[in-house]
Amino acid sequence: MKLLDAPKNKPVRIIDYTGGKGVDKKLRQLGLIPGRKVKVLRFAPIGGPVMVDVEGRSVALGRGIASRIQVEMV
Amino acid sequence: MRIGLIGQPNCGKSTLFNQVAGYKAETGNFSGTTVTFTESSVRILGSVVDVVDLPGTYSLAGTNPAEREVIKYLTSNDIDVVVNVLDASTLSHGLLLTIELLELNVPMVIGLNMMDEADRLGIHVDVKMLEEMTGLAVIPMIASKGRGIQPLFIQAFQVGQSKQRPEQPRYREELENLLEVLVKAITVNTSYLNPRALAIKLIEGDQSVLDDLSIHNPGIASDLKTIRESLEHQHGGSAEWVINDERNRLAGHIAEAVIKQGRRNITFRDKLDDILLHPIWGYVGLITILFLFFQVVYTLGGLIEEPMMGWFEGFEIWLSGRFSHPEELIPQVLVGLIQGISGGVAIVLPYLIPFLIGLGILEDVGYLPRVAFLMDALMHKLGLHGKSIVPFILGFGCNVPAIMSTRILEDKRERFISAALSTMVPCAARLAVVFGLVAFYLGPTLALAIYLFDLFVIALTARILNKLVPDDSPGLILEMPVYRIPTVRTVFSKAWWRIREFVVEAWPLLIVGSVILSILHFLNLAIYLNALVRPLSWVLGLPSEVGVPLIFGVLRKELSLVMLGQALGSMTFSQVLSPVQMITYTVFVVFYIPCLATMLVIRKEMGSKVMWMIVVLTTVIATLASLVARAISLLIY
Repeated sequence: MKLLDAPKNKPVRIIDYTGGKGVDKKLRQLGLIPGRKVKVLRFAPIGGPVMVDVEGRSVALGRGIASRIQVEMV
Repeated sequence: MRIGLIGQPNCGKSTLFNQVAGYKAETGNFSGTTVTFTESSVRILGSVVDVVDLPGTYSLAGTNPAEREVIKYLTSNDIDVVVNVLDASTLSHGLLLTIELLELNVPMVIGLNMMDEADRLGIHVDVKMLEEMTGLAVIPMIASKGRGIQPLFIQAFQVGQSKQRPEQPRYREELENLLEVLVKAITVNTSYLNPRALAIKLIEGDQSVLDDLSIHNPGIASDLKTIRESLEHQHGGSAEWVINDERNRLAGHIAEAVIKQGRRNITFRDKLDDILLHPIWGYVGLITILFLFFQVVYTLGGLIEEPMMGWFEGFEIWLSGRFSHPEELIPQVLVGLIQGISGGVAIVLPYLIPFLIGLGILEDVGYLPRVAFLMDALMHKLGLHGKSIVPFILGFGCNVPAIMSTRILEDKRERFISAALSTMVPCAARLAVVFGLVAFYLGPTLALAIYLFDLFVIALTARILNKLVPDDSPGLILEMPVYRIPTVRTVFSKAWWRIREFVVEAWPLLIVGSVILSILHFLNLAIYLNALVRPLSWVLGLPSEVGVPLIFGVLRKELSLVMLGQALGSMTFSQVLSPVQMITYTVFVVFYIPCLATMLVIRKEMGSKVMWMIVVLTTVIATLASLVARAISLLIY
């Protein structure tokens, strides 16, 4: 399942992501590391970004990126 | 002695710096880069030491030039001790940078900031345990309240004096063995990094480190290849993330050992996003906040500008009256001088000061990332990201703060496009031209039409610029910091530094430009100036006399209206200009070359090249747009 399709306020685990090297690095720097549990907090309207909880911090991701992150329900 | 402050974004590092630095701080660049740092001298235990505030960074593992410059600086002899500021409320994430710093093997202490925030979240950090596990002195503090700052700097000073280097972090055994092999393979080390740090960089795939090492250690590339293959085999993934995963594991391990999670106090701050990022209320809030910001800045600015301008004008008249021949060179130059001074002190500063304080508050509260979140989808249509809305809105008041606010954008391309577009937003001075000419003589509906036309041209330009400079960024990845109450000291010192930059760098040029124009005026070069602009005024179907007001309008946009009356010999414009000419002239004035103060700020923020690019771009757009406006209005009239 894509992170973009994950239900709100349910913990999910990051499996992997596809995308350029730059994206990889930035996601890792912000703590979105494969294996880690995250939670979708809210979606911005009209195709806006997704806000994700990563170990107590909030990170906003554009939909393009959120659709490249593969997650599974925990 | 020099102390380097480093930490992740939003860790409170700048607050700490402002608490000790005060108003004397200087900003600088790493030679040959745009990476800036701020430096100030501070008195500790009777000695004067330099404190350097380095740019906030999540990690140093990167291969980008900015991170490399920071590493080079930290490991050089310039820095005696590193203060790593950690946010106690997000410890495991922050420790990642700490571990990277430990790898550099430089004298270092930890400032454990935001103890109050951690407390509120029920996070209890065992400081003793953290000291034991990192091998570093840890000083708990609350920078915003000034607590723990003195002990932190005293500790840093002592560590800096003793030059005591911490132990490097140890990873799991297989990795350690491989690192060992690489360290042994590095026989000649001319780098600023220690061999172990180099070995880590090699495994992380840092090409420039490999290139440098290969010069004196020819076998290193093949050793590395074998090691990476072995790692990939063990790890089952790309070797470059093995170290990163290890750091994360270690950070998690330390955090788990030192943190005791208690009960979390849910307060109104945690609920704030439910309103401010709400699909409906979020936008109501955004419009209200930006509208209030705009109103406060321009009401305050206007309250100061008007009496000040009145005073300066009175002074100018008084001064001219002192001379028996006010048309001579010296009185003319004096008038130019006064106009340059008044332009800075009475027109720019009254708006710039409340604006910078307001922007500082929005920044420190943590609202700007929320603006990005809310506006991202809409701004994407212009090829920009959410935060670019801020310069646009500010541009309606004055383009100078609009350009300054592009600092909140990280991407260079985005800064350029936002700056170019926001200079086309009609500022208050151009509003005077639109109202004085079009609204007054041709009715408010046409004035509104010019505004809408302006927005259309901006959107069109955005599309074209997007084609020319395509967006290669993958999209928004942005941390939303928790809301914080800004400290007065941080807001004011940040505003003060930026005001000082304007006063020191842009204002003198404004005065010089003003004096030069007054000399041109004295030499009575009007005919030549008009001739210079004639090709343009001819194409636009305007009388040749508009040359002078257009040239002087670059100095201050409202001059293109005031001087138009002088040039045409009548302030009753309906007698000297046709409606079509009024519309064409106004549209040209709205778009062409930003005023001198704006140009100087662009140069200061983005360099001369960008400034000239924007000058050419806006002139081309102004010509095209006014031709279109002329064609349309010829159909009407």
